[in-house]
Amino acid sequence: MSFDWLVIRSPAISFRIDRRVPFILLCLAVAIVVAMVMNVGRGEYPISPLDIVKTVLGLDTGNPDHAFVIQNLRLPRTLVAFMVGVALAISGTIFQGLTRNPLADPSIIGINAGASLAAVVVIVLFPSAPIYTLPLSAFAGALLMAILIYSLAWNNGSSPILLILMGIGLSAIASAITSLMITLGEITDVSNALVWLAGSVYGRTWEQVFSLLPWLIVFVPMALTLARHLNALNLGDDVAKSLGSQVEWQRGLLVLVGVALAGAGVATAGNIAFVGLIAPHLGRELVGATHEGLIPTSALLGGVIVVMADLLGRTLFAPIELPCGVVTAAIGAPYFLYLLIRNRKK
Amino acid sequence: MIKATTVSPRALKKPEISALFGLVLGLCMLLICLVYSVTLGAAEISLGRILTSFISFDGSYDHLVIQTVRLPRSLIAILVGSALAVSGALMQGLTRNPLADPGILGIESGAALFVVVAIFVFGSLSLSVYAFVAFLGAGVTAVLVYTLGSLGRGGATPLNLTVAGAALTALISSFTTAILIVSQQTLEQVRFWLAGSLSGRDFNLFLQLLPFVGIGLIVAFALGRQITTMSLGEDIAKGLGQQTAWIKIFTAISVVLLAGSSVALAGPIGFIGLVVPHIVRFYIKADYRWILPYCAVLGAILLLVADIAARLLLKPQELPVGVMTAIVGAPFFVYLAKLKVKK
Repeated sequence: MSFDWLVIRSPAISFRIDRRVPFILLCLAVAIVVAMVMNVGRGEYPISPLDIVKTVLGLDTGNPDHAFVIQNLRLPRTLVAFMVGVALAISGTIFQGLTRNPLADPSIIGINAGASLAAVVVIVLFPSAPIYTLPLSAFAGALLMAILIYSLAWNNGSSPILLILMGIGLSAIASAITSLMITLGEITDVSNALVWLAGSVYGRTWEQVFSLLPWLIVFVPMALTLARHLNALNLGDDVAKSLGSQVEWQRGLLVLVGVALAGAGVATAGNIAFVGLIAPHLGRELVGATHEGLIPTSALLGGVIVVMADLLGRTLFAPIELPCGVVTAAIGAPYFLYLLIRNRKK
Repeated sequence: MIKATTVSPRALKKPEISALFGLVLGLCMLLICLVYSVTLGAAEISLGRILTSFISFDGSYDHLVIQTVRLPRSLIAILVGSALAVSGALMQGLTRNPLADPGILGIESGAALFVVVAIFVFGSLSLSVYAFVAFLGAGVTAVLVYTLGSLGRGGATPLNLTVAGAALTALISSFTTAILIVSQQTLEQVRFWLAGSLSGRDFNLFLQLLPFVGIGLIVAFALGRQITTMSLGEDIAKGLGQQTAWIKIFTAISVVLLAGSSVALAGPIGFIGLVVPHIVRFYIKADYRWILPYCAVLGAILLLVADIAARLLLKPQELPVGVMTAIVGAPFFVYLAKLKVKK
């Protein structure tokens, strides 16, 4: 394997990425634009790609419906799907790197379970609560869960293995209480709760776009700057320490970033599983395991995956709409098996 | 089949007597719990009435309640509890994994998915088909989890197996959710069952699955000596002349029978299989010939008590017993993980 590195130096920062990264990021950016245009165009009221571009740019297409359908219904929904994908993928990359376990994903290590529990409690116990309380409570649930997991995993310093196991144990408790809610609630509320649990971007508006945006603006750059430390931590605590890393601080910060992104993602769109698992694996195929390049790559991949999943979920069985979390799981399963078979050959 | 361990005939008399004594004590406790569980319910029925319902059944309301509602429920609790605990102990012994449990390793959710799919596709099913589907699901998932877990760094370590189980559970439950979203009718039918519950089961179901659990338990008890050697490590077991491949196959059959029938009987009930073997090991350290029967008795007691608590706590509303065992068992899992897994 040849190591073609691209080194970027300036007085303030310097970092080194794989030479493939810029090209692949460009390709992915194109793919995202195409996917988003497709997602906006398809549906019960099809709109041609040209009209979509015109409408988004503010030009008149001669059909007043276009502006309404695109601006109010489909564009925010697509943007939410993209942003949620980015958030979940980065969070998954961080947790896989931190725990050195290729199966770690916010939905597996319990953060999503905390968020889901909080949201289901709101849906089932307070069905009349306004819609904006849902993301807030989901985020609070995720944060609480993360704090619990992290403090329980503290054993003279945080231990990556215990982080995973505590997450699994606590998420069992959370899902037990969730299924309690599902058993005892009114059947219509329970049905609503299940749709939300499966992960869906149905009916998301600009309100959700703007409530998710600040999280991305703050935490995505943080993830990118911390990527360097993730490389060191990924080698194991001892190596990282001898390389001069302040292991606890950096791990704490990275966990915070991972939880914030996962929490914000789950809060906006429910439990979209397997994006955080698949995107980093695909990213590693494309650009290798160096996190400076991996994080942006898997972020964009995550965005593409969720947008495409939403498109498939809307169109496959129209007029029945499958939540996109179900679609990502259906795509995730074969890929998961593929990973297994490939690992075995090695 | 005379092996080296039995050459010194009956030298270890004393520990065996005390172990037997403990087992009898356990059975007595089980009987007490059973009687209490049968007396408990909306209608107050005296002990005398319960006894007469067995001796001279007269078809009165009280006797009907005892015979068709309360007794089957309690007997199913006993069956499921012992099946889960024994399958947990088998898995823990075979894989040397202190965190193994049919719920944590995803086997129960696999069986549940297969049942939900079957109900969705074929509508309501006859009981024996139902059980068979659950076995199939349990078997497929068990194989998947084990392959998945052995592929990670370091082979089938507790961590790898647990994570593989959690990943599969996540995958499986999202499929289950998908089906339940598409069909509200299926949701209505299975939602209580999916949370793990013992209510509304009739005597037929118990009788249908009794043979499967029976075979599973007999195979398990017969394997006691072999599991003991396996729990020392596969290399040592081989060195002692065990045919480890056959032991694994028979253990797997037993686990699938036990876990599958318990899911078919009561839905996925977690953590009984995790907690019970650990409690038993406080008393009996390493001999699986005794650990397995103890697990059967203690598992039955524990699930019966959990069911009693599930009925009493929010009276008259009833909780799914699976929720009870998870709320009690999951903290135990957390404690155990902290204790047993070193950095």
